[in-house]
Amino acid sequence: MSQYVLRRLLIAIPSLLAISLVLFVVLALAPGDPFSELATNPNVPPEVQAALRARFGLDDPIYLRYLHWLNAMLHGDWGFSFVSRMDVDKLILQRLPTTLYVIGSAQILALLIAIPVGVYAATKPYSLFDQVANTLAFVGFSLPTFFTGILFILIFSVTLDWLPFVYTTDIKATGIHYVLEMIRQAIMPVAVLGLFQAASMTRFVRSAMLDVIRLDYVTTARAKGLGQTKVIVKHVMRNAMIPVVTLIALQIPAVFGGAIVTEQIFRIPGIGSLLISSILSNDTPVVMAVTFVFACLVVLFNLVADVLYGWLDPRISLR
Amino acid sequence: MLDKELRSMIGDVKDGRMDRRAFIKRLAAVGLTAPMANQILAIGGVAMAQSPAPYPPTKRGGGGPLKLLWWQGPTLLNPHFATGTKDQDGSRLFYEPLASWDAEGNLNPILAAEIPSVANGGLAADGKSVTWKIKPGVKWHDGKPLTADDFVFTWKYASDPATAAVSISTYGDITVEKVNDLAIRIVFKNPTPFWANAFVGAYGCVLPKHLFADYSGGKSREAPANLAPVGTGPYKFVEFKPGDLVRGQLNPDYHMPNRPHFDTIDMKGGGDAVSAARAVIQTGEFDFAWNMQVEDDVLLRLEKGGKGKTVYAVGGDIEFIAINFTDPNTEVDGERSSMKTKHPILSDPNVRKALSLLVDRESVKKAIYGRAGRTTANYLNGPEKFVSKNTSWEFSVEKASKMLDEAGWKVGADGIREKEGKKLKLLYQTSTNGPRQKTQAIVKQACQKAGIEVELKSVVASVFFSSDVANPDTYPKFYADIEEFQIPMTQPDPALHMRRYISANVATKENKWQGQNFPRYVNKDYDAAIAAAETETDPVKRASLYIKCNDLLWQDTVFIPVMHRLKVEAASNSLRPALSGWANETDNIQDWYREA
Repeated sequence: MSQYVLRRLLIAIPSLLAISLVLFVVLALAPGDPFSELATNPNVPPEVQAALRARFGLDDPIYLRYLHWLNAMLHGDWGFSFVSRMDVDKLILQRLPTTLYVIGSAQILALLIAIPVGVYAATKPYSLFDQVANTLAFVGFSLPTFFTGILFILIFSVTLDWLPFVYTTDIKATGIHYVLEMIRQAIMPVAVLGLFQAASMTRFVRSAMLDVIRLDYVTTARAKGLGQTKVIVKHVMRNAMIPVVTLIALQIPAVFGGAIVTEQIFRIPGIGSLLISSILSNDTPVVMAVTFVFACLVVLFNLVADVLYGWLDPRISLR
Repeated sequence: MLDKELRSMIGDVKDGRMDRRAFIKRLAAVGLTAPMANQILAIGGVAMAQSPAPYPPTKRGGGGPLKLLWWQGPTLLNPHFATGTKDQDGSRLFYEPLASWDAEGNLNPILAAEIPSVANGGLAADGKSVTWKIKPGVKWHDGKPLTADDFVFTWKYASDPATAAVSISTYGDITVEKVNDLAIRIVFKNPTPFWANAFVGAYGCVLPKHLFADYSGGKSREAPANLAPVGTGPYKFVEFKPGDLVRGQLNPDYHMPNRPHFDTIDMKGGGDAVSAARAVIQTGEFDFAWNMQVEDDVLLRLEKGGKGKTVYAVGGDIEFIAINFTDPNTEVDGERSSMKTKHPILSDPNVRKALSLLVDRESVKKAIYGRAGRTTANYLNGPEKFVSKNTSWEFSVEKASKMLDEAGWKVGADGIREKEGKKLKLLYQTSTNGPRQKTQAIVKQACQKAGIEVELKSVVASVFFSSDVANPDTYPKFYADIEEFQIPMTQPDPALHMRRYISANVATKENKWQGQNFPRYVNKDYDAAIAAAETETDPVKRASLYIKCNDLLWQDTVFIPVMHRLKVEAASNSLRPALSGWANETDNIQDWYREA
């Protein structure tokens, strides 16, 4: 087992190197310039822009820049933002809690909806409940978050005036008021994201359950006289969860990566909005760091999913 | 003649026979007012009026929180590193200059004890130096006194190329001397008619020497104060999250009486302009939102029965179509739009004039800019004193067609004009941006009626406005026949605005397209007029030189002005922001208050 994990981690190194190389080259070849805003300002002579470019090493050849970056990364230096002129790790850590709170809550909400609904729908396929759940799921994942987000704002903020639509990180309250306010402002983004995720996940759980529920051992379990709940939870769900675990494990990096569109709509200062604003201002060190961390998390959670298989189904042995 | 009249008028003002307001009115009548009119009086020996900002609050604080919404949040808080206005705005909450520009383009003293003039001995008669007196008793937020040393240090800091400050052009060519603890002298190399540049406005913010002295030059990026500013401003720094939030609280030791009005200040970033407008005008979650680049229809709809309104500030920002004088389709020495070529179609002045007749500015205003734009024939639209009255514009497809007919451009079988085998086809490029694409459509339609085929192209803004030497779609490269963009006018003086178009500034491969003369316009008269204006200390002659430059651009149809754009902001109904088209939104933040 530990040997397996070690081997997988070693295999991860070349793949991460390759990922970083591809990311770096793509970003370096992408058009744009972090100091382009200066060009439109007649007060700033072009030499200043040229000096800044030289200072941040933007005029070096790509392979040199990549090696510099790699070397710094190995030493734990994530780079230096051109735009904010501060260290990238600080910038990311500043935004991590908000992203974890909002996107994490949304994922939990999605799971809390998807698993019970999917399981129940699978036990009674083509019943009224199944039909309604299916229809809602289709509606849910057909509506993009930018649409539902704006719809929610129009209904709950503009018309009803119940919820704020600008997310603030510095609520000026303490104790219970602070908690309540944090929950109040997160309701809309969490609902928008959570319902969207729940929709596709419900379909997934349902089909995974249906695959297993027809197997002979389930009939055997029932024939033994086990109750419906026990059969479903202990015998069916455990086996049906393998593909679901893969799906969830691959979505956990997204919890760290943030949700670009939703964060933009509700002004949530998370990793997603950091990524998009950095892309727009061509702040390559930040883009590079965020995407690379994301790649690392994907690789890591793939491994976690594989390890979990062995626990869920002892027949799968890891060598 | 004008010159003589003006001198006698200045005399009248000096002697008190004419009041300042009447003087400015008279100047307006001949096309000269606003900031430079006041500078005329300053050089002419009359003290500039200290702008009478009405400020009713009678005690410091008590205004509650002030919540600002910047849909692009500040990403750094050192005014000398501020890449965009958003960063300048954020820094300005804490740092202060000697003076800032008010709505009329007058200087409003902030850290200065008084505005320099010839009469108070501040301005040298030869225009080669200016002496500023610093307000006594001003303290940094950490309690240390503000002295002339801080100003001298700021100049050294910003003018050192190793610091890589964006304000280097403001401080590079001057010398700052300490006169005594509370006075500095700025010495210019040449007579400088526009003396109020260094230590004025956004780039004028002074830094505390005691916190930055160890971080000058190459170490500038390591200064802890870059992210935690200590200034002299009305608000003290509390918290900063780049791109998201800037927070400040009332400075109890602020140097102006009864100011500031608000107890805390929050500047939230992120999102988009439309939802920012909604948060201020419709739901009232915020007090003020910046830069409302939103269609006027949308704003009007939001304002109906809303909790806020839009406010406007007039400056000199101009949206225009530039015409390429070189050939974008012929490559010479690896360079298109090379100075060695001439545009096959647009080098004909009649075609340029006809194009100008085909831009329906009134429709553009009605359909797109609404209250946020003014139609104009001029490239230079402010301050008033520099605005030419000799120009005019009209929209007429018939006149344009007639002009083209007379110039030999005949309508061909396919409805497109041609002359000597050359088809009248143009490529019209601009950045991807709703209003710009609509303008393109309006112009294209009119051109079609006149027998000109226009191909439209839009380039993503981050590419179009970049200086990427490898990319063919940038605006300095100008690989198109005509292109549209906006040039902001960042100070109430045309020197930088007009200097772009001298022939030495042409964008070429040789200067890596860093030259700012994108139309590749070359005119000896223009060059001479700019050179003369830059050392002319007589404000009236100087103004007339710039007016001449504007008229040359108009006569040669180098640009087709589309819209003189105003700054649009959103404010809650009770907020009274002090705004100016010649300054950033927060440049007079100490004067903001809320009506009870």
